[in-house]
Amino acid sequence: MPESASVLEMRGVDKSFGPIDVLHEISLKVNEGEVLCLLGDNGAGKSTLIKTLSGVHQPTRGEMLMDGKPVNFVRPKDAQDMGIATVHQFGGTYPLMSIGRNFFAGAEPTRGWGPFKVFDRRKANAIAVEQVRKFGITGIDDGDRLVGGLSGGERQSLAIARAVYFGARVLILDEPTAALGVKQAAHVLRIVNEAKRRGLAVVFITHQVMHAMAVGDHFTVLIRGAIAADFRKGEKTREEIADLMAGGESMADLEADIEGYMETHEGHPPPPVH
Amino acid sequence: MADTQRDEGSAIGGFSILALFRRPETGAAAGFILIFLFFGYFGWERNFLTALGSSTWLNFASKVGIIAIPIGFLMIAGELDISVGALIPAGGIVLAMSVELFGMNIWLGVLVGLLVAGLIGYVNGMLVTRTNVPSLIVTLATLFVVAGLNAYVSKQLAGTTQHSLQDVGAVSEFVLGDYHSLVLGSDENKVTIFRSLQSSFFIWIVFAIACFYILHVAPWGNWIFAMGGDEESARNAGIPTNRLKIALFMLSAMAAALVGMTEAVLANTASTTTQFGMIFNTIICVVVGGVLLTGGFGTVAGTIFGTLTFGIVFQGINFTTFDKDLNLLFIGALLLVAVLMNDTFRNLATSASTTRKK
Repeated sequence: MPESASVLEMRGVDKSFGPIDVLHEISLKVNEGEVLCLLGDNGAGKSTLIKTLSGVHQPTRGEMLMDGKPVNFVRPKDAQDMGIATVHQFGGTYPLMSIGRNFFAGAEPTRGWGPFKVFDRRKANAIAVEQVRKFGITGIDDGDRLVGGLSGGERQSLAIARAVYFGARVLILDEPTAALGVKQAAHVLRIVNEAKRRGLAVVFITHQVMHAMAVGDHFTVLIRGAIAADFRKGEKTREEIADLMAGGESMADLEADIEGYMETHEGHPPPPVH
Repeated sequence: MADTQRDEGSAIGGFSILALFRRPETGAAAGFILIFLFFGYFGWERNFLTALGSSTWLNFASKVGIIAIPIGFLMIAGELDISVGALIPAGGIVLAMSVELFGMNIWLGVLVGLLVAGLIGYVNGMLVTRTNVPSLIVTLATLFVVAGLNAYVSKQLAGTTQHSLQDVGAVSEFVLGDYHSLVLGSDENKVTIFRSLQSSFFIWIVFAIACFYILHVAPWGNWIFAMGGDEESARNAGIPTNRLKIALFMLSAMAAALVGMTEAVLANTASTTTQFGMIFNTIICVVVGGVLLTGGFGTVAGTIFGTLTFGIVFQGINFTTFDKDLNLLFIGALLLVAVLMNDTFRNLATSASTTRKK
């Protein structure tokens, strides 16, 4: 497989808030047409890492590169202008606005001249529906529908399609499947694959190993703000990854423990230890 | 795919009803029609439906309505403005003092009044966007600050809290504060189109059209909805949320001052009395009109229907045989029923057309 160009890169990035070190020596790279899965338990520093990538926070030490050139994002807008789009859970969609209006919020297409500009509803609806359908959401055919009536997966897809349409090159997806059912999550994963196929660099943040395995090319496991493991697709099994995320404690061991306990205690699970 | 096409074709009748339910102002319009019929029936004997009778509640509604529309904008954007109660008298006394005390041209006085109001709105907006103190509290504070200034400045400059404002020109009277009637035809078969409508009613119409353009036609409307729906996302999408919010506070303050000025020109006097009642009136109109208190949803047409409904209920009791003491009870009941009805219609709106999904 030819090495594709790296779009966004972090080199030795530290981030501290006062005396508290949240990120430590983070180096990662995301390439064109690849999905980098960022795995980590709650509190591992995923959110801080995303916020640093998207320009909300600035790294305390280390550097960030885009297309091999050092960049410094002072505001989220800077990152956006460079083509880094962050899609949070349900973020960027407004439930009580129509699909067309949602899609173009902040960048409305207009007709007319001078001060008498008219929001071009027809055009907005047509483009929004077309773009969303291109991502395989065929259930949407009416741009006037309110987004609140869509499923969680469809809303995610709308947000992603929007980011791609407005020229995103790097797509940061913050737990896009976390609150979704199995079918909806599969929906979103298909969208991620489609974005990858179109040559976008995708950073996919999740703690669901199954979802990561389905779309990921490259995996980075974060534990307490540091990179605990970094490997490519096929190099580790699902169990190994889950173990890594749990902080080294083997899930298999845990299962064996519980089963052993239940055998000796008439089928009762062990009480929680704290 | 072919199935979907056929469904659309065969369901044209059903679909248009669905589209109607999806319109956010449907609830407010239905409420207006119900209330209108109710008072039309019970007020028939006492001329509720005559031109003069209609003017009674239309004149009242127009003053509330001019302020209610920008209040509705703010509510859609997720904010409130209750300082309008003090800005109505502020507009009146600034105009009166500009003309009577400083000898300004009336139009210059109007401009000064709007500028003063705009400045107060700017302060409201700045305080809300910079401090993140809820706008209810900020405007509650400015309500009292401005009320205090109204009384103090009046006393200091003019020595009174009641200003007179003499008629100064036919045009300004006609545009700002006069009674208008339109009767077509000659003596035998004359038709009264309207009678004794105040200038503020026509100002309301013009203002409503302008506001409809801002919210529903121009791209800015999308910004207001987005800001109320999710301010963080709106800011991320490149919408200048702070500037927009300040502009909306300025608009509501200037609208309130304008109402105060029309009242002053009509009555030839201006008083510093704070109009606390108008604070509630405007909010009731907006909520009855289907604007969501938490932001992100609402229409100009809905607010207008809400204002008309409120106007009828507020004034209409005088045309019926009901005891006038029941007036406030009616308004309270109206508010509750309207909110429940609007909730139902909004749920219909969000779920609309999911039924078409295969």
